[in-house]
Amino acid sequence: MSRDFDAIIIGSGPAGSTAAEVLTAAGLSVLILERGRNHLIDLDHPAALPQRFSNDELKYMTRHFLGPDPWAEPRTFRTSITDGDRQVVGEVNNLPATVGGGGVHADGKLPRFREDDFLVGSELGPVEGANIADWPVTYDEIEPYYAEAERLVGVAGLAGANPFAAWRSGEYPMPPGPAMYGALVTSAAAQQLGYHPYPAPTGVNSVEYDGRPACNNCGFCAYFGCPIHAKGDPVAPLRRALVTGRAQLRPQSHVSSILIRNGKATGVEWIDARGERHIERAERIVVACGAMETPRLLLLSGLANAHIGRNVMFHMQTFVFGIMPFRVHGHIGRSVTHVHDDHIVVDDAARAAAAEAGLPWIKGGLVEHCSPSHVIAEAKQYPWGPQHKIMMRESPMRDRLLGFCMQGDDLPQVTNTVDLDPAVTDIWGLPVARTTYQLHTHELIASRHHGAKLVKIMKAAGAERIMTATSPKTTGDLATSHSEISQVPISRHVAGTARFGTDPSSSACDPWGRLWEAPNIMIADSSVFPTGSGYGPTLTLVALSLRNSRAFAT
Amino acid sequence: MPAFLTPLQYSILEAVCARLVPADGAPDGAEMGAVDYIDTLLGAFTFTPPRIWAGGPFSGRFGGESSFSDFEELSPAEELAWRTRIEGSLGIPERERLGPVTGLQDTYTRGLAELGEKFLALDPAAQDDRLREVGDFTRLVYGHVCEGLYGAPEYGGNRGLAGWHYLNYQGDVQPRGYSDAEVSGG
Repeated sequence: MSRDFDAIIIGSGPAGSTAAEVLTAAGLSVLILERGRNHLIDLDHPAALPQRFSNDELKYMTRHFLGPDPWAEPRTFRTSITDGDRQVVGEVNNLPATVGGGGVHADGKLPRFREDDFLVGSELGPVEGANIADWPVTYDEIEPYYAEAERLVGVAGLAGANPFAAWRSGEYPMPPGPAMYGALVTSAAAQQLGYHPYPAPTGVNSVEYDGRPACNNCGFCAYFGCPIHAKGDPVAPLRRALVTGRAQLRPQSHVSSILIRNGKATGVEWIDARGERHIERAERIVVACGAMETPRLLLLSGLANAHIGRNVMFHMQTFVFGIMPFRVHGHIGRSVTHVHDDHIVVDDAARAAAAEAGLPWIKGGLVEHCSPSHVIAEAKQYPWGPQHKIMMRESPMRDRLLGFCMQGDDLPQVTNTVDLDPAVTDIWGLPVARTTYQLHTHELIASRHHGAKLVKIMKAAGAERIMTATSPKTTGDLATSHSEISQVPISRHVAGTARFGTDPSSSACDPWGRLWEAPNIMIADSSVFPTGSGYGPTLTLVALSLRNSRAFAT
Repeated sequence: MPAFLTPLQYSILEAVCARLVPADGAPDGAEMGAVDYIDTLLGAFTFTPPRIWAGGPFSGRFGGESSFSDFEELSPAEELAWRTRIEGSLGIPERERLGPVTGLQDTYTRGLAELGEKFLALDPAAQDDRLREVGDFTRLVYGHVCEGLYGAPEYGGNRGLAGWHYLNYQGDVQPRGYSDAEVSGG
């Protein structure tokens, strides 16, 4: 068979760029196809660090600069198959479509999972209506890859600061950056009530690292590209891949299908910025499009394993906000500097709350101590008229607002799916990804149980007024009146749509992320996660991509 | 010379913005540049490159070379999406893939026509009543006014940084950033 490259990697986010680094280091020639534009790296001089990103709320928060454009490349959503073909068309959980992917816009909180996150099926046990399974890899096996991922990305943190953390073989590569004032206030209150806040492990440089400068606290972190490359975004692995001379990175190259013959991928068809179609051949294909675009591409390619597109998981986010009697200046610093893990632990109180609802257990998630930072978003929340400037000056919804966001663990359910929309297409004429999703009772009960504790912490922090909300929207104790919160989960943490496992009858991929039905295709992103955990997926998917790409290269 | 609005439309929108964000110690919404922001958005494609995404990395306001005024080029797909959003689908098949789209230009033209020249002659309380009557249009304009007052001035609004100054907000601070003491201090 003729081939153009040893491997083609689809997607240049954290998973794909890590695969590119590993495969080129192993001597393979690699083509990286990225549907979005390139603002991250100088393709002719990859060792240089071009500065293109900016502190510009309109460009990033309102005008979709990092893509995808919700009209050109929409997604659709419905809560269940009884709700018609779709209820929403447009923006559904859009991670950026840009060179660097979700690593560009993330504020880089990069926690590891805990040991029991890999063994939910055997340690916590099954839950009715959920499709829980153990991972085919344990924490002990993946720990060296976690350590390597932290070094490669550049993670700042403090070993030993979190009593609930899994064991680790060494220190973080960098000490934590400066604590944000608001996080110091909420952390003190949390500590007073017996919780254990700690400096968030963060992929943002606290000192000069890997030839990139320390963060200068500009405040345009979450949802923005970093103007000075202080973030541990995929620029680092992409540089290392490109400087080998064995990698090519092509932005604005939208893969429309993987070509498959007799259970083997032979290459890909892709569409350039002008809409022209091309074919490229390779012996190995790495799919790293994110847990919504990955199943879409597999389905567009005619791959039909019953587990592709099932079990989609988000985080159920529980928000508790407090209006403080003083200014907190959340626009200064790296979005979030403190977190606590207490609600991830399944303790006696959590089991009692679960039992009351007929569940065996409930698990919450990582709690981020946050404060909003953007003035346009703030202004739009206030009414027009004479109150506008009074509110803007007093700033109850920004400069005096502190918050908690719990990234609640979301159980996998076979009825929560990503498939091809039967009618809505993207600008290239390809069916878009449709999500069908609703919460399991587990998430609702966990949100209520732990949300109530967060309210108490916020009171102890001195809040004058407390507001709560969840995403997706729910009814009950934490119901929100906020009109922008809908049934579509806003968590960008998405996983589960091509789970890996030891048995082809219950998984889409083998324990090395290779598709059972076409083993020269490796899924490198969080699609392979059998369960979600209450932590962001990025460091774990980078660690897995390191491990699985090494095996894939040989 | 406005990029899209006629002189009459411009005047009506000035009056609207002055009610949505009235003057107090600080200037009103129109004086702070909201109308020019909206006009620049509606007329974005009269500029080359179109005024959709300002350049980067730095504005020059806190050091570094100023580059926000060098707007980004759009890809063919991005241009199609933004023209559809601003100009509407206008019966053009490739713009109607997801169904007909009413463009912002059309929404503003109709909304301002509905208020009409007579809006200018109303007293402020009566103007507010009218704005409540045309609630959907008012909500759209108000969202744009917020963008115009508190977005970067390169997009046409936030005149003389008035929107940031009255809040003591510094805006885009790269490459200077903030000190560690400013991050952690109360």
